[in-house]
Amino acid sequence: MENYLLIPFLPFAAFLINILFGRAVLKEKAHWVSILAVAGSWVVAVMTLRDVLAGKTLNENVYTWILAGDFKVSVGFLIDQLTAIMLIVVTTCSTLIHIYSVGYMHGDNGYYRFFSYLSLFTFCMLMLVMANNFLQLYFGWEGVGLCSYFLIGYYFDKKSASDAGKKAFIVNRFGDFGFGLGIFVIFLNFGTTYYAPVFAQAGSLAAKSYNFLGFDVHLMTLISLLLFCGSIGKSAQMPLHVWLPDAMEGPTPVSALIHAATMVTAGVFLVARCNPIFSQSETALVVVALTGAITSLFAATIALVQNDLKRIIAYSTVSQLGYMFLACGVGAYTAGVFHLYTHAFFKALLFLCAGSVMHAMGGELDIQKMGGLRKYMPVTYVTMLIASLSIAGFPGLAGFFSKDEILWMAYSGSSPVGKIVWASGTLVAFLTAFYSFRLIFLTFHGKFRGTHEQEHHLHESPKAMTIPLMLLCVGAVAAGWVGIPALIGENIGIHNGIAEFMKPVLGHAEGHGTHGEELIVMAVSVVVGFAGIGLAWFMYMLRPDIPGKLTAQFSGVHKVLYNKYYVDELYSAVIIRPTIWTAKNILIGVTDAKVIEAIVNGVPAAIGGVSRQLRKIQTGLMHHYATIMAMGIFIIAALMLMRSW
Amino acid sequence: MSMLPQMFFGYFASAIVVLSLLVITRKNPVHSVMWMLLLFFHIASMYLFLNAEFIAAIQVIVYAGAILVLFLFVVLLLNLKEELQADRFIGTWPAGLLVSAAIFVSLAAALQKFVPGPKGNFTIDLIQRVTHTKVLGQVLYTEYLFPFEIASLVLLIAVIGAIVLAKKRMRSH
Amino acid sequence: MVPLNWYLLLSAAVFSIGVFGFLTRRNIIIMFMSIELMLNAVNISLVAFSHYLQDLRGQILVFFIITVAAAEASIGLAIIIALFRNKNTVHVDEMHEMKG
Repeated sequence: MENYLLIPFLPFAAFLINILFGRAVLKEKAHWVSILAVAGSWVVAVMTLRDVLAGKTLNENVYTWILAGDFKVSVGFLIDQLTAIMLIVVTTCSTLIHIYSVGYMHGDNGYYRFFSYLSLFTFCMLMLVMANNFLQLYFGWEGVGLCSYFLIGYYFDKKSASDAGKKAFIVNRFGDFGFGLGIFVIFLNFGTTYYAPVFAQAGSLAAKSYNFLGFDVHLMTLISLLLFCGSIGKSAQMPLHVWLPDAMEGPTPVSALIHAATMVTAGVFLVARCNPIFSQSETALVVVALTGAITSLFAATIALVQNDLKRIIAYSTVSQLGYMFLACGVGAYTAGVFHLYTHAFFKALLFLCAGSVMHAMGGELDIQKMGGLRKYMPVTYVTMLIASLSIAGFPGLAGFFSKDEILWMAYSGSSPVGKIVWASGTLVAFLTAFYSFRLIFLTFHGKFRGTHEQEHHLHESPKAMTIPLMLLCVGAVAAGWVGIPALIGENIGIHNGIAEFMKPVLGHAEGHGTHGEELIVMAVSVVVGFAGIGLAWFMYMLRPDIPGKLTAQFSGVHKVLYNKYYVDELYSAVIIRPTIWTAKNILIGVTDAKVIEAIVNGVPAAIGGVSRQLRKIQTGLMHHYATIMAMGIFIIAALMLMRSW
Repeated sequence: MSMLPQMFFGYFASAIVVLSLLVITRKNPVHSVMWMLLLFFHIASMYLFLNAEFIAAIQVIVYAGAILVLFLFVVLLLNLKEELQADRFIGTWPAGLLVSAAIFVSLAAALQKFVPGPKGNFTIDLIQRVTHTKVLGQVLYTEYLFPFEIASLVLLIAVIGAIVLAKKRMRSH
Repeated sequence: MVPLNWYLLLSAAVFSIGVFGFLTRRNIIIMFMSIELMLNAVNISLVAFSHYLQDLRGQILVFFIITVAAAEASIGLAIIIALFRNKNTVHVDEMHEMKG
């Protein structure tokens, strides 16, 4: 616990070393610095987790960052159960992905740059989860946003990649604006931005209303919703989800690290961290739950028809994030964080497998052009199959426990929308199983549908890539075993460890139902999972002609889904085009050309004109200067005289 | 009450003014230098009048002996023939006359209001008893020792500077 | 006894003559001599003050002025030589490199 400062600052040191010396000195060895630093962080994080398990927590200010009147912000660290879990998730995924990148990015021009950004990202994420005040949280929040911009636009010479980077950054700004306002409102009402006093007072201010933009609103609802704005942006929820699928332009390890395992979960982390505030507002919780439910359903339906390997997984991420919010919204923060934790493993694994497939296919992403890869890349196949089983909720795997926990909490909890979100969650579970296995069947089974050249090139990925896959696979299988529900745990003598562990921070939501009901909920989720897998098998293995027929039959629906509900087009029409029109016609045409340029060019022109006249005074003749100087002497003498007279 | 001091002063003062005018109006710079030499001797005499023998001495030695000789050297280095054919004054000389006359008028006008400050300790008796050079030396080497040392540095720099400036540049090409 | 003001008036006259010479002569050497005239004018008034106020500080100042004048003359004449070497003239109104 004493060395906790090493956790964020080791990666930061690696970033500094790589960015300063990477190009000239380290070159192809740049990964060593980063990997050692992140692995070091992981070791310290594990030691920290051990201490936290032993009941030690820590809340300490290290350095006064801003001090202005009553306003004080420190660089401070809070390590409790929630932080410890996040530390493990972040450092584990980050370490494995760093190692994987050695193989994946081999021979890339910006090798050192890639690793320095990865380390900087890790640093920011760790600062985010370890913060003990909202401002430092915001620092980390913006830091990971910045790094995701760097990394999505990593192939900046490709227009689509740099556009995707900008899109991610700008869309996130919308959410972060709300988040920033939320922090302001917190400071105005609580007089501090530290978690501890804010959460302590949250209960006593629960009834307060606050004048916001001329409306009297319930203070806690306001704060919660403003903070949730940030979560929506960062965790790619409706309606700000559009950046995440585009973010797949970045290198695949980035997709795995940022857009699956860590950064996008920051929104969930924020809601979980601020649970004392959210719990004070029924309205906010309902909003969170419904946003999560709608997003997860929405993204899952889009994922059904996509053909881009990484996009399917990206929409699956959006959908699973919706699941986590759904959990938080029904008050089951522990279940949300639990799903976050298991999801990190199997989703990172899915992405890394996708990267491995891409590696073999020479960058091809269209699953319609794959097939039969099972023979060529057995390790990738097995690990991806396990990850898909996990996400589909196959009993005993990580995804099963966390998903089941969420669904049970939604069904049995006290939330007014609990039953609705349970129903939608169950539907999403079915869809998830279906599209995950559509992906598996189309990619790894059947006959190869690509070119001969590609077929000739197919191979298993190098060890640096497959070993992280195997390690993550262990996580995808076993990560859920810390949260085996009491229903099963009682029979085999294991109790629900994570719920106990998280209780001091997140409270413990109790389900109000009988064991029978719980069994039914569990059975339903298992059944829909198998049904989804079965349907996918039926449609893509047994009768491959069906999908085509369905597409023809429901071409309208297919088109809407394939085009992602036209959300991008809608934004383009409503926001982007008017903005560009305004920029072009008003800002460039009038403000810039007529006003600013007139000033910018007019002032120098005026100065130039005056000085062209003034320079005539400078004759260059010594006598003129001397005469004027003597006249000056006379004038001064005369003035002195007049004063004394 | 004798008129002798006033008469002496009248002679020297008018001589100084006339010589000054001659210095600045001669066409031939050599003549100017010669008139200036005479002017400096007159000024030195005036210092003797004012009980400042040492100053009078260095006026002759430094100004007349060193500085003027320097002037003379420089004048002789230049082209005298051309100089004798050129105009003496710039075209707009009345402007200079006006300004200098104005300065003279304002200075003279200031004298009307001039009130001398309090008197110091170095009475004429004291200076005559101890001798002027000794008194001056005592003050200079005690109270003004530091400025005195600086003055030596100024002279050193002037020597070096004059050499550097007047030296013929070795052209490499 | 000659009054102090007479000396001061003499000093003012010599000073003004120096100013006139500096402002109107074309020859840079004569202009330089005009500067010497102005310095001497100041010296006259300082020595006169020193005598009438019975204070040696005026003469000390004269002493330093003569030192500086010597330094100034050597540097100034060196500059004139350098100037003449480059421009081949000592007429100031023929030089206007600084014209704007």
